[in-house]
Amino acid sequence: MTDEALTGLLWEETIQAGASWTHVLKRGTSLRITALEDGANAPAIFFNADCPVERYSMPDTLKAQHIAHLTGGFVLYSDMGRILCSITEDTCGWHDLVGGHNTATSVQDRFGTQRFQEHHNAFYRNTRDNFLMELANWGLGLRDLSANVNFFSKVQVDTDGNLTYIPGNSKAGDYVELRAEMNVLMVLDTGQHPLDPAPQYAPAAVRVAVKRNAADSAVDACRMACPENTRGFINTERYFL
Amino acid sequence: MHASAISRTSPASKLKAGTACYNEILAAGEPWIHEIKTGQVFRIVAMGGSQAVDTLFFSAWDTSERYSAQDTILAQRNIYIKIGTRLMSNLGRPMLTVVSDSFGLHDTLTGSCAAESNQVRYSLDKRHMHNCRSNFLAAMASWRSSIDKRDLSPNINFFLHAPVTPEGELTFADGISEPGRYVEMRAEMDVIALISACPQLNNSCNGYHPTPIRLMIWDI
Repeated sequence: MTDEALTGLLWEETIQAGASWTHVLKRGTSLRITALEDGANAPAIFFNADCPVERYSMPDTLKAQHIAHLTGGFVLYSDMGRILCSITEDTCGWHDLVGGHNTATSVQDRFGTQRFQEHHNAFYRNTRDNFLMELANWGLGLRDLSANVNFFSKVQVDTDGNLTYIPGNSKAGDYVELRAEMNVLMVLDTGQHPLDPAPQYAPAAVRVAVKRNAADSAVDACRMACPENTRGFINTERYFL
Repeated sequence: MHASAISRTSPASKLKAGTACYNEILAAGEPWIHEIKTGQVFRIVAMGGSQAVDTLFFSAWDTSERYSAQDTILAQRNIYIKIGTRLMSNLGRPMLTVVSDSFGLHDTLTGSCAAESNQVRYSLDKRHMHNCRSNFLAAMASWRSSIDKRDLSPNINFFLHAPVTPEGELTFADGISEPGRYVEMRAEMDVIALISACPQLNNSCNGYHPTPIRLMIWDI
């Protein structure tokens, strides 16, 4: 990491392969997520930490920006017309918004069973159960679990609507940076993408770095990306007045 | 309507209106909530054409089990709701199966309109306009079991076609669809259907003229 990228660094840590992580990313800070292996996948869900019934909206994120994938310059909308996070930096160009996440059943069907009793912390985990376990610590549960983002993964949609997982979308060292526009309760997992055809259970670790932002600028690529985003930022600013 | 949406319709349904056990018209822009039993067939008719019907389903026995757009997309590896689609719950179980359809490729990515998303999409002064989420919230508040905003997640938009390009862009192909297009589903479990006849006036999803829909149920 360069000296410049380290400016404002508060701390960093590794999320081990298969494990999950929760943090309340404060307005005024950013999170850099770095893939530590080729082909990493990092499923994530987002809530307004101050009122979690407000949460990430896949549909509003798509509609406002006319997108079905995520990269630098786009933002993640809540279901209340506000912006949870902006994507300020991205080295891999495509993060999946539609593919969902794996579950105990889908992991068992594909990879079999590997229990804690025999394998200790190398046991097979899954994103659904990790999400629910992390959410339960905040008094949240299945009702609060809506769509997720899959950082580092690419899923392409053909003209008939069929999904194709594109291998090799991210390499070790690729990163994406999220600037919190609200206080965002974020759950990040490291489970494999459910459409990743890898024959083995092989989730990849990611590194997270929390940073204090440099001074805000009204002339911001995410804010100016489209008139919708400008209005989303205004709504978000009013919420904090 | 988008050309690719037309080519995927099914043969006409054999069910006759006279044998339906439920047959009601929902006025334009209004909500509806109703239980549908396992094995019953549920039909939605866009009576005036060009009318999005925002729809969610919940297990009648445990409403924390509900329709999941991402689980449905993942199960069929395709983003559209169409003939043969099994509408999957967040617990990975089929809730309903699309058994007859005269529209084509229905949307489940673009969700419902809301006062707040209308502000973002159109203008900050659009907050007062009637919208699908207000309908959802009102209908849920009237229901006998406790369901509320926490239970809302990305819905189905019947009679709305929103293609995604291979470049990852979302487009809208609203166009005009003629009156009487319908979709029919068989319930695979006891479900609560929650519907908003979309009142959106800011885009062409309802042809700028929201119209009534017909809701029909058959005991099979």
